[in-house]
Amino acid sequence: MENIMDNSTNKKDIIIEVNNVSRCFNLARERVDSLKEYFVRKVKGNLHFEEFWALKDVSFTVERGDAVGLIGLNGSGKSTMLKVIAGVLKPTEGSARVSGDVAPLIELGAGFDPDLTARENIFLNGALLGHPRSVMQEAYDSIVEFAELREFMDVPVKNFSSGMNSRLAFSIATIGKPDILIVDEVLAVGDSKFQEKCINRIEEMMAKGTTVLFVSHSIRQVEMVCNKVVWLEHGHLKKYGETKEICEEYKSLYKGMDIR
Amino acid sequence: MFQSTIANFRKFKPLLYELVSRDIKNKYRRSVLGVLWTILNPLLMMTILSIVFSNIFRFEVQYYPVYILCGQVLYNFFSDSTQAAMNSIIYSAPLLKKVYVPKYMFTLSRIMSCSINIFAAFAALLIVMVVMRVPLHFTMFLSIIPILIMIVFALGTGFILAAVSVKYRDIVHLYSVFLTGFIYLAPVIYPLSIISNPTLQFIIKLNPVTNMLAMFRGFVIYNTMPDLFTVLMAVIPSIVILALGLWVFYRKQDEFILFL
Ligand SMILES: Nc1ncnc2c1ncn2[C@@H]1O[C@H](COP(=O)(O)OP(=O)(O)O)[C@@H](O)[C@H]1O
Ligand SMILES: [Mg+2]
Repeated sequence: MENIMDNSTNKKDIIIEVNNVSRCFNLARERVDSLKEYFVRKVKGNLHFEEFWALKDVSFTVERGDAVGLIGLNGSGKSTMLKVIAGVLKPTEGSARVSGDVAPLIELGAGFDPDLTARENIFLNGALLGHPRSVMQEAYDSIVEFAELREFMDVPVKNFSSGMNSRLAFSIATIGKPDILIVDEVLAVGDSKFQEKCINRIEEMMAKGTTVLFVSHSIRQVEMVCNKVVWLEHGHLKKYGETKEICEEYKSLYKGMDIR
Repeated sequence: MFQSTIANFRKFKPLLYELVSRDIKNKYRRSVLGVLWTILNPLLMMTILSIVFSNIFRFEVQYYPVYILCGQVLYNFFSDSTQAAMNSIIYSAPLLKKVYVPKYMFTLSRIMSCSINIFAAFAALLIVMVVMRVPLHFTMFLSIIPILIMIVFALGTGFILAAVSVKYRDIVHLYSVFLTGFIYLAPVIYPLSIISNPTLQFIIKLNPVTNMLAMFRGFVIYNTMPDLFTVLMAVIPSIVILALGLWVFYRKQDEFILFL
């Protein structure tokens, strides 16, 4: 593990500080998810768990205004790291200190209620992100406009296509000026025109000072958006540094594979 | 910690409002029968039970249909709200995996939206009383007290169920079996006087729901004040259950995400 970044000389504004974070999951060999099973196994005495460390001793810091990409193969711990930073998951060891509010991009409208209309979902989803009704009222027009769904606002979202869903979700998550925006593989959906629009939106927010944590299947998108990259491998921090160097190395290591 | 909990509650108060209004909209708009059903269900039960019981068992209770209806109003609330609360975390799984939201909001909002239904059921109760020429007393206004005690009791029970059902899914089925039996452990549909076995009668008297029902019926039908035993045996267990529920929920909430 090496830290290419030089953050000792001038003291910058640190917004995220990940200190020796480890996260362990107890993988039951077979999942015990009922009382009955629990008791049966307890009596038989075969209630075994296997420890699995999805993150092991990861440390890095993010400065305000950075756009940090997380790369690594599937299962390397990217989503787990983002969850720890977002406060959804507590680290088993170590700590993640975050100074500011986090706007997570919810996966494909996970926060939507299918039976409510798009309009109602805007307010519900906004509240999930901690925005009061007045703020959402103000942002309403820009959300509708960005999502390009003006005619569909009174339609229950269960009738939306997945593309429409993600457009709406993206528009809601990116209102205002959050300190930190977390984007975990949400740009895989939707057409390329909308993807481009999203990337522009993210860059706009960065220009306004938002710090971005970005995970994407597409290493090309990471190169476009991010100035720093965290490379995870089996839960360990392999490298952290400037996008260009790390992405080159990553690409040459996995040359044959489909990492685009 | 206490202060940060309050600050957090303030931030997510709009969410509570949105979640409750979502439940209400879904219940009452999707089906025109929504409101009607809340009123009709106890009325139908009342009709059936009063025909069956007064003809087969022949016990003398003054205003027996209203007696049953009072039982239905409180017991249906308990049964509906605790079941809704039990599923609150499981149903919000996709969201809780992605976004940080205080999890108790989902459980609390379910109990709150069911509480609003009490008023619809109460309207049915009033209509029946007028039609049956049951004298209305001013103590009627005090009936809000046992309702509030019941809400506290249901909230505590709901928190416990929500927290444990995440891990042990079969609790959901066990609980519905429990509810089927529990209705007979309190004088919801029968008068306490038909229980001839003194031990059994004593056990039933220790049930907090029995005492809430006694207070409620005293205020609504009989123009009587509860005795001290009744009040204490309604209030104390409810507060204990709420404290226990909050404690269990607080202890378990960080591991919810592992089982969702
Ligand atoms: N709740 C969980 N229980 C058990 N294992 C988990 C859980 N969440 C993630 N994991 C495991 O942790 C590893 C890292 O997962 P993840 O962070 O999603 O990887 P990535 O996003 O980089 O593909 C995977 O092997 C995954 O199976
Ligand atoms: Mg992932």
